[in-house]
Amino acid sequence: MTKQMSGARMVVQALKDQGVEVVFGYPGGAVLPIYDEIFQQNDIRHVLVRHEQGAVHMAEGYARSTGKVGVALVTSGPGATNAVTGLTDALLDSIPILVISGQVPTFMIGTDGFQEADTVGITRPCTKMNWLVKDTNRLAETIHQAFHVSRSGRPGPVLVDIPKDVQFALGDYTPMEKAKTDHYQPRMKGDEAAITRMVEMMETAERPLFYTGGGVINSGPGASALLREFVAATGFPVTSTLMGLGAYPASGKSWIGMLGMHGLYEANLAMHGCDLMINVGARFDDRITGRIKDFSPHSKKIHIDIDPSSINKVIRVDVGIVGDVGHVLEEALHLWKTRGARVNREGLAKWWKQIAEWQAVKCLTYKNSTKVIKPQYALQRLEALTKGMDRYITTEVGQHQMWAAQFLGFEDPNRWMTSGGLGTMGYGLPASIGVQIAHPDALVINVAGEASWLMNMQEMGTAMQFRAPVKQFILNNERLGMVRQWQELLHGERYSSSWSESLPDFVKLAEAFGCKGIRIDDPADLDEAIKEMLAYNGPVIFDCRVEKHENCFPMIPSGKPHNEMLLGDADTQGVIGAKGAVLV
Amino acid sequence: MSALNIKKGSTSHSAYELRDPNAEVIEAHTLAVIVENEPGVLARVIGLFSGRGYNIDSLTVAEVDHTGHRSRITVVTRGTPQVIDQIEAQLRRMVPVYAVHDLTAEGPSVQRELALVKVAGKGEARIEALRLAEIFRANVVDSTLESFVFEMTGTPEKIDAFADLMRPLGLREIARTGVAALARGI
Repeated sequence: MTKQMSGARMVVQALKDQGVEVVFGYPGGAVLPIYDEIFQQNDIRHVLVRHEQGAVHMAEGYARSTGKVGVALVTSGPGATNAVTGLTDALLDSIPILVISGQVPTFMIGTDGFQEADTVGITRPCTKMNWLVKDTNRLAETIHQAFHVSRSGRPGPVLVDIPKDVQFALGDYTPMEKAKTDHYQPRMKGDEAAITRMVEMMETAERPLFYTGGGVINSGPGASALLREFVAATGFPVTSTLMGLGAYPASGKSWIGMLGMHGLYEANLAMHGCDLMINVGARFDDRITGRIKDFSPHSKKIHIDIDPSSINKVIRVDVGIVGDVGHVLEEALHLWKTRGARVNREGLAKWWKQIAEWQAVKCLTYKNSTKVIKPQYALQRLEALTKGMDRYITTEVGQHQMWAAQFLGFEDPNRWMTSGGLGTMGYGLPASIGVQIAHPDALVINVAGEASWLMNMQEMGTAMQFRAPVKQFILNNERLGMVRQWQELLHGERYSSSWSESLPDFVKLAEAFGCKGIRIDDPADLDEAIKEMLAYNGPVIFDCRVEKHENCFPMIPSGKPHNEMLLGDADTQGVIGAKGAVLV
Repeated sequence: MSALNIKKGSTSHSAYELRDPNAEVIEAHTLAVIVENEPGVLARVIGLFSGRGYNIDSLTVAEVDHTGHRSRITVVTRGTPQVIDQIEAQLRRMVPVYAVHDLTAEGPSVQRELALVKVAGKGEARIEALRLAEIFRANVVDSTLESFVFEMTGTPEKIDAFADLMRPLGLREIARTGVAALARGI
């Protein structure tokens, strides 16, 4: 016999059955019955945020660093609309999260009631799937289905909207194992014939390249292990997108760095010059491809992706393999071994020689200074002083994000949380709290710019209340750095609204929140200051005053192919044409 | 399907790969999308088309399996072969979508639309309208001394042709259902 209980209790019961340990949320009229149930139990911890956007980014940080579904709970109307940015962020980066929203009672829907919004209508384009539950008997099953959809196939955000009367009403609880999920079962195993073609191409390629993405991380730690094994056995070079960092270790022998708009010279030229591109769980994003017509013109392309709509969406490929990265890599590796583990040794040796020449350019070189802290130097010191620690990095969005990707090394998956697809300023601080809640004893650092950081700085209150000792490493140039860089290169150095005036005193701000503030502007003091930050048992706001006009290089200007990359300020005169200027 | 009968939209399902995947030609395709009949599913499908900038020439929807709660959406869309493939892939990955059939690519299909056509007129024009309606096998479903409402089914082209003929004879209003389509054969 099924158990009768209120809708609100069902929510809590379903979350428990799904193994949820923590919910990030903010109460309000339309979710009060659920908050009442949360109050009367101790299995699920509730983290009270300061703004619903923060709740969703925390859930994302939690999900990205654990591989589990992150959960946020918001009220109707403004609670739900504040969740929209986070939902869209999770959709573009394929992060599994569940947002539960309250709704006005069913009999009031459509009357423009207080705090009513058409939540399922508003969130339809920014969720993988969403549901409005009007019958308490369907509630538990819907929540179980939501978890299933969120984590299956290409992961993504889901939302369940629950009217208040449905939370109060009694209904039958559907246990997890009885919930119907059979109609959504994405394909995991790749097509055998396609995998055979892939292996054949790998055996003969002269200039092969693994191009890996966030799909490797979403597939789980097993996929990263298989990638490492495959790379080690073949000796092929590996590059990765922003989202895929850590799947292959930065210290690995075959690592040639991140690719893309601000990727490494050697990685982008290898993409341009390879004769076999093996795309493993990446999606040919426009930050990666540059000008489509000149993208890697001489290569055969293989694309492994669990989402069939990713294949041939932007770039036509020669072999498309729909399936889970882990499953496909395992089968391909097995087949390649049983066929004799062949590679084109001679071609490969030449290819590595060519790559070594590109690497010798040392594209990340910058002019250091003894007077002012260069942002790159700050990150190099941060990297050096935290090496080997149990470290997680989140970022905001902009120049600092690209520098973090260039200058920090990631040895393992799930250690790097950044807003890649949507480019959400304000992501990093709440995400760092979500990560810290999941890993209480780890070192969690948010590499930030001062402008992004201010967008969700209210969440420092959350960090304090829930004792999340997150380190906010702010590279403060008093500028919207990436906007400023584009204005310099594209808009005749007219810096329209791209500087920050009336910035708060970050040290006093830290004190106001009750945490530690550190300000530094002399490169000579940097190491000591970083050590002080690391040693402090609690949240730290680290105001690192850096060079104000530093540009982020290398850079592939919009509308240009990979081989027309800018390496430094000297290269930038008149490089972006009118066509490139309309691109973002 | 015989080799002589290959449609322009032939895909890799066919032994005869005649379609150039990189061609920039715009093709019209009729897609049958089988979905779970739940609130919001139609909005999700339509939102996909508007959100990603795809065209809808016509769209019809109705529940076709009452016990299984399944609806069939028939959508006529147009785009380059790459865009058509992308539309199908985007539809297929939607959670409440059970199946997508490209009726244009999968072989010959029957396509029918129903139209109600109101024509007002007197004397010769009225008689001519009735005569043409007979040729088109349109039925009169309403009549006054000065007007007819014709009901006709056919391909969209046939309905277009009929409407064009009625225009000089006093066409007042036309209501069309959009295309319903099924693959021929079993």
